[in-house]
Amino acid sequence: MAKSKVREQRFHIAKRSQLVWYRVWGIRGIALLLSLVVCAIVTMGLTGDNPVEVFTTMVYGAFGTQRKVWILLQDLAILLCISLALTPAFKMRFWNIGGEGQVLIGCLAAAACMLKVGTKVPSPVLIILMVIASVGAGAVWAMIPAVCKAKWGTNETLFTLMMNYVATQILAYFIIRWEVPKGSGKIGIINQDTHAGWFPTIAGNKYLLNVLIVLALTIGMYLYLKYSKQGYEISVVGESEKTARYVGIKVERVIIRTLAISGAICGLCGLILVAGTDHTVTTTIAGGEGFTGVMVAWMGKFNPITMVFTALLLIFMDRGASEIATAFGLNQSFGDILTGIIIFFLIGCEFFINYQIQIKKSSGKEA
Amino acid sequence: MKKALALAIAGMMAASLAACGSSASSTADTAASAAASTAASTAASSAAESTAAPAADAAGADFSNIKVGFIFLHDENSTYDLNFINAANAAAAALGLSSDQVVLKTNVPEGQECYDTAAELADSGCNIIFADSFGHEDFMIQAAEEFPDVQFCHSTGTKAHTQGLDNYHNAFASIYEGRYLAGVAAGMKLNEMIDSGEITAEEAKIGYVGAYTYAEVISGYTSFFLGARSQCESATMEVTFTGSWYDETAEKEAANKLIDDNCVLISQHADSMGAPTACESAGVPNVSYNGSTQSVGPNTYIISSSIDWAPYFQYAITCAANGEAIDADWTGTLDTASVLTQEINTNAAAAGTAEKLEEVKAELEAGTLHVFDTSAFTVTVTDSSNVNATVDENGVLTGYMADVDTDPAYEGDTEAVADGYFHESEYRSAPYFDLQIDGISLMDTAF
Repeated sequence: MAKSKVREQRFHIAKRSQLVWYRVWGIRGIALLLSLVVCAIVTMGLTGDNPVEVFTTMVYGAFGTQRKVWILLQDLAILLCISLALTPAFKMRFWNIGGEGQVLIGCLAAAACMLKVGTKVPSPVLIILMVIASVGAGAVWAMIPAVCKAKWGTNETLFTLMMNYVATQILAYFIIRWEVPKGSGKIGIINQDTHAGWFPTIAGNKYLLNVLIVLALTIGMYLYLKYSKQGYEISVVGESEKTARYVGIKVERVIIRTLAISGAICGLCGLILVAGTDHTVTTTIAGGEGFTGVMVAWMGKFNPITMVFTALLLIFMDRGASEIATAFGLNQSFGDILTGIIIFFLIGCEFFINYQIQIKKSSGKEA
Repeated sequence: MKKALALAIAGMMAASLAACGSSASSTADTAASAAASTAASTAASSAAESTAAPAADAAGADFSNIKVGFIFLHDENSTYDLNFINAANAAAAALGLSSDQVVLKTNVPEGQECYDTAAELADSGCNIIFADSFGHEDFMIQAAEEFPDVQFCHSTGTKAHTQGLDNYHNAFASIYEGRYLAGVAAGMKLNEMIDSGEITAEEAKIGYVGAYTYAEVISGYTSFFLGARSQCESATMEVTFTGSWYDETAEKEAANKLIDDNCVLISQHADSMGAPTACESAGVPNVSYNGSTQSVGPNTYIISSSIDWAPYFQYAITCAANGEAIDADWTGTLDTASVLTQEINTNAAAAGTAEKLEEVKAELEAGTLHVFDTSAFTVTVTDSSNVNATVDENGVLTGYMADVDTDPAYEGDTEAVADGYFHESEYRSAPYFDLQIDGISLMDTAF
């Protein structure tokens, strides 16, 4: 479209040179403001409710009480954990769409330990066993497509996507095997009486440990990508495989190693879900966050610190949406619409950061 | 590549936005009409008083300090949840609760979110909290342990009678009686088809689309079949399972498969419009569940059975207001108006159906007729099926150890056969009849 043809065009789209940071954030700020205006118009047009009240209710839904804040942090921890897992793979230009499946396999491994080992071993031993099982399962699940890509150049997008379905079906099979009562298709809370394999509560708080684990992971991932040799190798392979080979990086090894890390963190997320949060396992336990995590990572430009904020935005919108569903009797989908509008503007504004539109001054006919 | 993807995502969002836009407006309409109907029924209720006054005394109770929370798995787009939401609004209106005394939480998954939501409701001052889906149970128990002063009521659950918590309760309804009545209507339809020469007596095969091989489903299709066979002796039935409570495509495909398999009448226990739609396009009569599906099956829908939860909600809320104990297991019946058969479609039902149903209903209410009368069916015991059953030489059921107390080994613990019939929903509210009786063949039992 930007090709200069003989016919004169009034608009011309050109790549921008690097903008200074405050202009970048200025554009994003304007986009956010515009999106809120559109949200307000949509809210008034469709529901007749006062948009300011709707937004206030959303803020209350996310931060209103101490419990709400903890739920927000917990949800944030899970989404961020998956996004962090996907980040090294995406940074390497390995399109790991398989976060969902890697989490589910991690969940399955943790649940299997809780059900089959249970109280037969002391609690710390069981938890160590669960960590090994779920982290290992996630890593193996991600390494299968990685090895195939490294050895035979298979398409990792399709492969990892397919592995999601395989994981879901394997999990569904075991849920039917372990269901209680018979035929219900549900496992229910595992070890509800003994709490075997449950993460301990810290200072009476159910979610604090989960949040701390992910906090440590965020900092660790930031340092790993920014300062470690392996992190640098990931960037080089991502920029250009040929360059990487030229400078003597073993690309196959980097691919497999990075995906093992990616899958292991997804497996850890599965562990947090089963041992630290739900204490049960269902095929929908990951709730599509393996895919939402992709968006968080992209919007955060693969910077773990920025990703905290992009994940927070999505979780805030989600929690707020459920509150307005209750308070205004609106369907929860309405919150999703508002989220969609905001994300549309935020992603759309990246265009104006990378490109500029030049308006041709055509021979003065039009002022 | 990066930009291409970003553009693709942006494009997708625009598309999904457009899609959402249309559904949003219809949702807004639904919400508005629901609000209107609630307002109307509130006005009406003061005149009509509490309609079917349940066991507890609602008249003398003081509801001013009551706040009720409801947790629903989906929203009004699911027939199952819509049935609960309507009942919640009806109960609130009947008891004269104001809108800030009732909090409805929709789209609460069967996981930690259920506990979080229940705890938030308790935080916000609710004295009594209801949840509607089977998988919510353990999370409701978790919340009940943490908030001993709040009543937690869970529909369809199985654990209240063994959990030993004063503030945790289960409820269900004797829906097998409703299914039986719907089965009677189906049997009369089969007879009409035989009499008109459309099918022979041997061809009177019913198809049934089930969700899981769960006791609730088994109890449902067996009572439906017994109702049909009470009218049409030659009736047989084929049951298939979808492995989901709501999967429109799978339910439609399952119904089509049964129709291809020469089933001449279809019923279902799953919550989408899949089976009714398939029946309407194939012109095969359909007996529905959860509510009338006449809108999608004007020529094939015969009748539907459903549970009305409003009597239970009124009962439990009234108990909470009076500070009385709520039953650990509450089973609604025809008598409490918890079990309903929805309006009969005269385009499809056989002549005289309404009169016959009144007659059978009266017998059920009087206790002269029992759905699971052991003389009405035979059972074959093998190594892999009906292992908990004992039968005499004619295959008549003489004893059955039912799995009433839920445990991972599915151990039979309670003798359910006495006085010549199987006592369903008496030892706990949720169904536990899971026998395979003769005359019903099962397919796709993986779930």
